Amino acid sequence: MTRQHTQKIAVALITASAVLVVIPIIAVIAYIVVQGAGAISWEFLTARPRNGMTEGGIMPAILGTLILTLGTSIVCIPLALGAAIYLAEYAKDNRLTRWVRLAIVNLAGIPSIVYGLFGLGAFVLFMQFGTSILAGSLTLGIMTLPVVISTAEEAILSVPQEFRLVSQSLGATRWQTIRHQVLPHALPGIITGVILGLSRAAGETAPILFTVAAFYLPTLPSSISDQTMALPYHLYVIATQVPGMPLSVQYGTALVLLLLVLSLTLVATIIRTRMRRRRDW
Amino acid sequence: MNLTQFAKERYAEAAVRARPAGNRIRQRWTEFLVEGMIQLSGVSTIVIVALIFLFLLREGLPTFLDIPLRQLFGGRWYPIEGLYGLWPLIVGSLIVTVGAVVIAVPRGLTTAIYLGEIAPPWQREILKPLIEVLAGIPSIVLGFLGWVALAPIVQSLGAPTGLTALTGSLILAYMALPTIISISEDALYAVPKEYRDGALAIGATQWQTIWRVVLPAARSGLAMAIMLGIGRAIGETMAVMMVTGNAAFVPELGLDMPLSPVRTMTATIAAEMGEVAQGSQHYSVLFGIGIVLFVITFAINMLAGRLVGVTVRRKGGSV
Repeated sequence: MTRQHTQKIAVALITASAVLVVIPIIAVIAYIVVQGAGAISWEFLTARPRNGMTEGGIMPAILGTLILTLGTSIVCIPLALGAAIYLAEYAKDNRLTRWVRLAIVNLAGIPSIVYGLFGLGAFVLFMQFGTSILAGSLTLGIMTLPVVISTAEEAILSVPQEFRLVSQSLGATRWQTIRHQVLPHALPGIITGVILGLSRAAGETAPILFTVAAFYLPTLPSSISDQTMALPYHLYVIATQVPGMPLSVQYGTALVLLLLVLSLTLVATIIRTRMRRRRDW
Repeated sequence: MNLTQFAKERYAEAAVRARPAGNRIRQRWTEFLVEGMIQLSGVSTIVIVALIFLFLLREGLPTFLDIPLRQLFGGRWYPIEGLYGLWPLIVGSLIVTVGAVVIAVPRGLTTAIYLGEIAPPWQREILKPLIEVLAGIPSIVLGFLGWVALAPIVQSLGAPTGLTALTGSLILAYMALPTIISISEDALYAVPKEYRDGALAIGATQWQTIWRVVLPAARSGLAMAIMLGIGRAIGETMAVMMVTGNAAFVPELGLDMPLSPVRTMTATIAAEMGEVAQGSQHYSVLFGIGIVLFVITFAINMLAGRLVGVTVRRKGGSV
């Protein structure tokens, strides 16, 4: 066998393997869309569950996930932005900075269920927030930190050094430079990171299991110390805990969750592509 | 110029000078405050990791002190009878994770090679967002699909039930793929173009270039991709809980081991924490499992961090 043969065979195998990775992704999404589309109606999206959750809609779960996503962003964004600016603009190459980076890498690696345990131990029990939107948002917010920090840092670093030099040579202070020159140019990248982080948080189940999620609630939450239903947990509940659940409702719930999360991902991707195209440096 | 005019001008000038001076003091304060807050949020990441570990220890440590080690690493997990042997759970996590790695690593690496070295740009434009989409699918949705769609297929392979370690491995593999692909693609991208040009110039085929030049040059990055993929697989909870059958015993060694139901560490926490009394021994043991998971993923990430250090240093040396 000549090396040209090996070349052809190798490339063919690699291509085949890549195709095998991609096909199931498309199949999974198509399958859920096809199976779930029938269940989706105005009532399904806006009504409360009835008759042991087998009829009616999933509005409380959708609303709960939206509230939790909002809470997550309030917890996560200020801290993540601060940490990203610190790493990109202020951090010197010293031991402290290395520790901060190590901490972020480790935060990214901690399993989501361990965040759930931490939220239970720290927020629900120690700080006595109870199983509440507050405890859940804090848990999800901390879990989302590493994603947002690393994308925001990358966005800040991608702003050319000349912008900073010119600004400072005109007499601006370091913070003025960051506030008026660096952040505006890094903003699309930062927003992309935030949205990506939130889309992960919106789909997570394990961290909210013991911190906020409710099996079923007759009323909507009225304050941040209330429990709430949430889409991912609701899907888990109706798929495994409620016998006799119509499959169409299950697929419909999965589809709504998938669409919610993927539309966030899509928005983030679009912002990023546009930014790359429009970038004039 | 008369005296009044001169005085007016002096005043104006003084005013102009004075204004920035006042501003400068305020500026210095703002600067000081803002920098302080930024520094604080940077350091807070370290504090958070420490707090997570401390709270796990606080709730879980009594376990390791109260239960005899022999029982803790014994083969019987019967919380109702007060028997907390972690061995079945550790083995369960291990089987599912090894299975996922065996499935995901070859596919992940070849897909990264395809994306980085072979695919024309238009295909890359389609494939990369698609892999991001895969990363974005919530684990509960994949778990749900595994439960309703994949399990019957696995059952038709001859297993007594569709909820097995293999089902879990298959789902986990696809969840670990985006991590493996994107990090190894970065590693391939970081290999200087001159290496490829040099190899091609002395007559190597594209495959020889990839196999003998690019892959060896990127190996520490590829190792990191595999390790972070393992970390992702070990920590996954919901999908695994739904599809692995949740049987807390050690399956017999053999070829059909992947076809037996197992229970992982993560699934045990998720399934049982809702039902235990706070402060009981069972509660404490579940936090103990959390400590084990924390330590495992911490170790994996430290090792991966080392590898990044190696790559950076080498690049720094050659440039």
